[in-house]
Amino acid sequence: MINAISHSLLWVFDQDEALDFYVGKLGFDIHTDAQLEHMRFLTVNAPGQPDREVMLMLPKPPAVDESNAEAVRDIVAKGNGGGGLIVTTDDCRADYERLVAKGVEFTEEPTERFYGIDCAMRDPFGNPVRMTQPAADPSPPA
Amino acid sequence: MDRLYADALDIEWLAGSVHLSRAHFIRSFRDTFGETPHRYLQRRRIERAMALLRDTDRSVTEICFDVGFASLGTFSRTFRDVLGESPSGYRRQRAQGEPRPYIPGCIEMTWDRPPSGTFGEDSTGGRA
Repeated sequence: MINAISHSLLWVFDQDEALDFYVGKLGFDIHTDAQLEHMRFLTVNAPGQPDREVMLMLPKPPAVDESNAEAVRDIVAKGNGGGGLIVTTDDCRADYERLVAKGVEFTEEPTERFYGIDCAMRDPFGNPVRMTQPAADPSPPA
Repeated sequence: MDRLYADALDIEWLAGSVHLSRAHFIRSFRDTFGETPHRYLQRRRIERAMALLRDTDRSVTEICFDVGFASLGTFSRTFRDVLGESPSGYRRQRAQGEPRPYIPGCIEMTWDRPPSGTFGEDSTGGRA
């Protein structure tokens, strides 16, 4: 039976810029960075989670033709790309301050919720990234 | 076509499978995907041949038939058109390079296949 999600995909428009954000700012690890025949295969993973790769892919030929690539860039930039990540942290407020200082664009400041404290940012391309510090004992509202 | 690329796909059968005439099928396909069905199929086959040359010990002749080419001449000519080297040259060169990391098959087949514009007779990339 299916037992894990091993790979997921995020559209990025520049792989070096994506590395600067996901590795340089968020602290992800590079999992694979390989120049193949016609593409650079680039995946990252959250620290300590190498079995869950996020592929940072360019919408471009031959996978995506030019007109569709433009459409993808357009909807991702508007935040409607459909991709995105939700990550967990052990200290949402501290990470928020740290990332703000690094110039990360936040769309939501740290907010208390029944499930924990979380905030939301955009990657440089428009993909939403949500960062949650889970509550020790989440109790949904009745 | 993606799934059955190694079969002897003929254009009449492909057109019939979607209830279109041959001419209308080719035109609609080109308008939608920016290249003819024939070109699309060739790119798929060449990409799979590249993978088999890299990842297996099968002979060039076996690989030619594995991926659906009916003649070694056509296979070698098409391969050289696309990559600028022969199938055996490609294999030799790749055997010397860095080992290739694990790439999910769908990614390899979609992103790492020869772009349309690499074919000698068509430098426009298709939808010009």
